[in-house]
Amino acid sequence: MQTLTNRAKPVDRSPMTFMEKMYLPAIFTGMGITLKHLFRRKATVAFPEQKRQFSPVFRGLHVLNRDEEGRERCTACGLCAVACPAEAITMEAAERKPGEEHLYREEKYAARYEINMLRCIFCGFCEEACPKDAVYMSETFAPANYQRKGFIYGKQDLLIPNPKADK
Amino acid sequence: MTLLSIDWFYLVEKILLISGVLVLSLVVAMYSTWGERKVAAWIQDRLGPNRAGPMGLLQPLADGGKLFFKEEIIPTHSNRFLFILGPSIAMMVACMTSAVIPWGDTITVAGRTVSLQVADVNIGILFIFGVVSMGVYGIMIGGWASNNKYSLLASIRAASQIISYELPMGLALIALLMLTGTLSLKEIVEQQRHGVWNVCLQPLGFLIFLICAFAECNRTPFDLPEAENELNGGYHLEYSSMKLGFFLFAEYINMFISSALIATLYFGGYSFPWMDSLGWGENAIALLGFFIFFLKILFFIFVFMWVRWTIPRFRYDQLMRLGWRILIPLALANMLITGALVLLRQH
Repeated sequence: MQTLTNRAKPVDRSPMTFMEKMYLPAIFTGMGITLKHLFRRKATVAFPEQKRQFSPVFRGLHVLNRDEEGRERCTACGLCAVACPAEAITMEAAERKPGEEHLYREEKYAARYEINMLRCIFCGFCEEACPKDAVYMSETFAPANYQRKGFIYGKQDLLIPNPKADK
Repeated sequence: MTLLSIDWFYLVEKILLISGVLVLSLVVAMYSTWGERKVAAWIQDRLGPNRAGPMGLLQPLADGGKLFFKEEIIPTHSNRFLFILGPSIAMMVACMTSAVIPWGDTITVAGRTVSLQVADVNIGILFIFGVVSMGVYGIMIGGWASNNKYSLLASIRAASQIISYELPMGLALIALLMLTGTLSLKEIVEQQRHGVWNVCLQPLGFLIFLICAFAECNRTPFDLPEAENELNGGYHLEYSSMKLGFFLFAEYINMFISSALIATLYFGGYSFPWMDSLGWGENAIALLGFFIFFLKILFFIFVFMWVRWTIPRFRYDQLMRLGWRILIPLALANMLITGALVLLRQH
């Protein structure tokens, strides 16, 4: 019979020999295997104390970037929302008023910007779509929460701290 | 000190010994649950409980506390009296067996010789057999009173399993008794102290006894009365709170006592090689003997766990075939050969 892969093994249906019928040798072999595992290195990562190293291209939680002067880069063009395959991003645009030039980089800005982290699949398309370098994915992941609404991240959760205001 | 023709010191000594043995078996049973989970985890390349206390050592306390504070549910259609009687019997019987096991040699305290054994009965082995057979009543009554088909199935399984495996166990022991010529556990240990361990004289008997001990304790590969994935937990399916705790606890105490029995009968009990040529005081030797006995017990408890996490459960017909068609003939042959050899040596 032709097999699909070269890993196929025919079943051995020959009657058991006396040694096999005694079962004990097989049981002792098995106990030897479990004894070996007793002293193996454990696979567990004791999470809160120990953290697994992420790969350099890990895509974690989003952040909204600011420019060098601490102004929000996002201009609410909606390209990220269009690119998002999970439809996790919503936003509302607003016009920049005179006197707000130190807050927003462009004449239009996002008054509301929300990402639903339960919908997000962390594909990184929003990051690629953004023409203003406003959306980036960081190296942390969304912490657990008791309620669904806790996973809808608004602007206050996403915006990085203002480097000007901190000084 | 004798008052009212009662030796009061004797009474105090025995009460202390009984409480000591009880506390010991309870603590060992408690920490067996921790040990079981640790061994299981290590064998499966995991870490096991490590959150409650250092190394998870407070885990048994947390489990016990949880069981105490759980709501106690007695099903409406169960037999209330028998429902409570089941776990009580299981627990009581499990605690009774330790009375005749010699935990150590005699020690001398303030001029009195104190034997580290609650009761040196001359029919020690018979006593243990009687009490251990009663243990299945707890499971049977509990499973029957639950009025649940799974519990009933489990208790039927437990009863037939214990009957099937008590026979080869008894036959294996008869061969041992032919060699030793006594039913007293203390004397059996003393004979091994001056001779060789019985496991060298009775390897087949030991193997049969060990397999039957697994079956009597309802441990994997013979855990059909519990069989979580077939019977939803078996005979303790309807139990909650500390009554469930009693059933689980009794199982671990039984494991402890079985290990003690195996160590006593086949591995020299509290005796160890060169015990008499060490030249220490009598008390020091007795305490060291107790310590060594304890290590032997812990080793066998570990073997119980080791086997549990290695071998899958038997099918029911395989279990019966192993008991009736393999172990009983083997034990009979072992008995006959031993008897013939004993006769031959006498002439």
